[in-house]
Amino acid sequence: MKKITIDPITRLEGHGKIEIFLDDKGNVKNAYLQIPELRGFEVFSLGRAAEEMPRITPKICGVCPTAHHMASTKALDDLYKIEPTETARKIREIIYCAFMVEDHALHFYFLGSPDFIVGPGAPAGSRNILGVIEKVGLETGKRVIEMRKRLRSIITFFGGRVIHPVCGLPGGVSKGLDENERKNIEGIARDAIDFAKFSLDAFRNIVLKNEEYVKLITGDIYRHRTYYMGLVDKNNKVNFYDGKIRVVNPDGREFAKFDVKDFGDHIAEHKEEWSYVKFPYLKKIGWKGFTDGEKSGVYRVAPLARLNASDGMATEYADKEHDAMFKTLGGKPSHHTLAFHWARLVEMLYAAERLLELSSDKSITSKDLRNLPERKPEEGIGVVEAPRGTLIHHYRTDERGVLNYVNLLVATYGNAAAISMSITKAAENLIKKGQVSDEILNKVEMAFRAYDPCMACATHSLPGQMPLTLNIYDHERHLIKKLSR
Amino acid sequence: MSKPKVAFYWCASCGGCEEAVVDLNEDLLQVAEKVDIVFWPVALDFKRSDVEKLSDRSIAVSFINGAIRTREQEEMVRLLRKKSAYVAAFGSCAHIGGIPGLGNQFAKEKLLKLIYEDLETNDDRTVPKPLSKADGNELEIPEICEYVRTLDQTIDVDYYIPGCAPPADIILKGLTAFLKGELPPKGTVFASDKSLCDTCPLRDKKPDKFSIKELKRPHEVIHDPEKCFLSEGIICLGPATRSGCGERCINANMPCRGCFGPSPRVYDQGAKILSAIASLLGIDEEEIASEEDVSRLIDSIPDPVGLFYMYSLPASNLGDKRRNDEQKDNS
Ligand code: SF4
Ligand code: SF4
Repeated sequence: MKKITIDPITRLEGHGKIEIFLDDKGNVKNAYLQIPELRGFEVFSLGRAAEEMPRITPKICGVCPTAHHMASTKALDDLYKIEPTETARKIREIIYCAFMVEDHALHFYFLGSPDFIVGPGAPAGSRNILGVIEKVGLETGKRVIEMRKRLRSIITFFGGRVIHPVCGLPGGVSKGLDENERKNIEGIARDAIDFAKFSLDAFRNIVLKNEEYVKLITGDIYRHRTYYMGLVDKNNKVNFYDGKIRVVNPDGREFAKFDVKDFGDHIAEHKEEWSYVKFPYLKKIGWKGFTDGEKSGVYRVAPLARLNASDGMATEYADKEHDAMFKTLGGKPSHHTLAFHWARLVEMLYAAERLLELSSDKSITSKDLRNLPERKPEEGIGVVEAPRGTLIHHYRTDERGVLNYVNLLVATYGNAAAISMSITKAAENLIKKGQVSDEILNKVEMAFRAYDPCMACATHSLPGQMPLTLNIYDHERHLIKKLSR
Repeated sequence: MSKPKVAFYWCASCGGCEEAVVDLNEDLLQVAEKVDIVFWPVALDFKRSDVEKLSDRSIAVSFINGAIRTREQEEMVRLLRKKSAYVAAFGSCAHIGGIPGLGNQFAKEKLLKLIYEDLETNDDRTVPKPLSKADGNELEIPEICEYVRTLDQTIDVDYYIPGCAPPADIILKGLTAFLKGELPPKGTVFASDKSLCDTCPLRDKKPDKFSIKELKRPHEVIHDPEKCFLSEGIICLGPATRSGCGERCINANMPCRGCFGPSPRVYDQGAKILSAIASLLGIDEEEIASEEDVSRLIDSIPDPVGLFYMYSLPASNLGDKRRNDEQKDNS
């Protein structure tokens, strides 16, 4: 049999690689998304002092360091069985909301929207941020850059640095704010709300008014009936920072709702010899392969999944947008993968509104920032909703707080099985009788870009921009086509 | 005159160094006007063959971030070295190994076993393999490498842009030096010539003479933002670390962990902080700490290697030993 040769580019980058095998009729037989890198944080964190973890684990990903920082800090609260002070808790959520808005904005404008705003059929060369700016105007481009910069300045203020913040400690945060800074953040929050509303309008005007795009979004190529997972508050509204993990079935009925400390009863991870990524699934249903439906344990996470798994948004405008979105999509839950983009904008509005709620509360300037741990450490589990899905840090230590067990369920893994399925489905629909057009790369890419798969969490590349290689083999396993970008 | 060619490349890194470049915002657009970016995998379409076609030393400067973990990364940085007049190590991982360098304390077999067999969420003991078969199809993924190396342990490096991630002013300082052709001596670290303690806002609060009776961990005490961490008994890598970050962690009321690498004229960051702490050990002024005192103190630190070498293990004396072992194994 012909040996499969791998493009040196892929191997060099440690980025994503898709292998597609055709049957003797030239139709897709198997497709595999391979993630070829592993850095081993769970291993080299062993023996470390637990309190250093909020400074170590952000290095998993320079795009979403704040998510790891927060999940780790919350795992430390639990490790020492200590609650953060009220002020500290609010400050953490302020940091987190600022992060969610800027990160969602990064994805929507820089990485995701080129597909829609510039158009799925446009040449690859113009499907980038410059193409977007051309379409929406330079002023908007500047507005995006400026907005992200101001939101990121909030994280820098508290965290010292926006790439890898350092302020989280068990029982609190290391830095508070005064009235001036509070007012500053309040101002940023107001502008962020306008910005999110503006982004939703742009999506409506450019995408939803275009019949072709709507057809693509609601078409079958990008549809999967799966379970959905997300954090919810006590009213089952979406929450990024805290709450219970809720899972709904493909019909939208609650399947499970649990405290993160019980995650081991609900989530297990399947592995394949051909990828370093693990594929989590619902333990109570079991792994039935890369397949969707009620009988398969595959679930999805991140924006659309969170909205599906909730009863709506906790803030006024975002909740209206939530309702409007599901109405257009034909009901809840929605299984349309491309609707992740839309849900991302609804979440952006929620995070901005929540940022305003938190920052208009004058009591947050209190100096009561920390509760000191007193209990002996043993085990701690922390969860947040990262932009790319439910993120869990699980630590165990000896009585000095030295780590002897670390398990990290990173957000991108949550969608790993679904991403594989979406790619396979797109390939099946687009490759017929051995006919492979160059456009397929585009369309297949759209399938996974909707998830905003931050491969930095799995490997180390920026979401959506990973130089991707797609190899297609005929039924005798000869390489017949190689597409890469 | 044609614009100078610039390349950005990444090895084992988190993407934070790329974000740092994006965070230059408007400044990035200005720089982009003045240079011709020939290679930037994260943002631009590229091919390795495009780089191969360039004549030797025709790239004015290559900024390379991330530590070196795989043979492929090694090949790529060798190629860039050949094609570039100058190479700058960008960020802590390329400079001194960075956080992933902590992996040098563990063997590869342990890594795979622990992650794919021991963790409790695993449903079976399947471990990924470089070559495997699924549904009769042969599939390949690269092998995981044993040790993490810094860039200058792999190729000749001209300059260093330190930090995890490097702050905007340091990046701009480096870029400007290249654009203007005003290059400092080879080996220069584009940061300050001082130690972090020298520029720290808490410096004046650091008593000339003080002694530590007991070491405290950051979560155990409430730090007084007016006081030097070390004077409170909280380990801060300020005395052993190069200044230039803008005292970022100190400004967030957290002690330094050394991402800017050893301070000037210091080779081993961990050894330096150890001796700095030993000299502050709780004894009277003229006395010198006994070995016993020092070891009592070290014993009170849960993970001295991880703390003192949080960013610099591969670049340290300890790291060298590991690497030497590997070379021996391979020969
Ligand atoms: S030891 Fe740390 S806190 Fe103290 S002066 Fe040095 S850098 Fe600043
Ligand atoms: S204070 Fe230390 S660890 Fe923090 S950014 Fe500066 S050099 Fe790096």
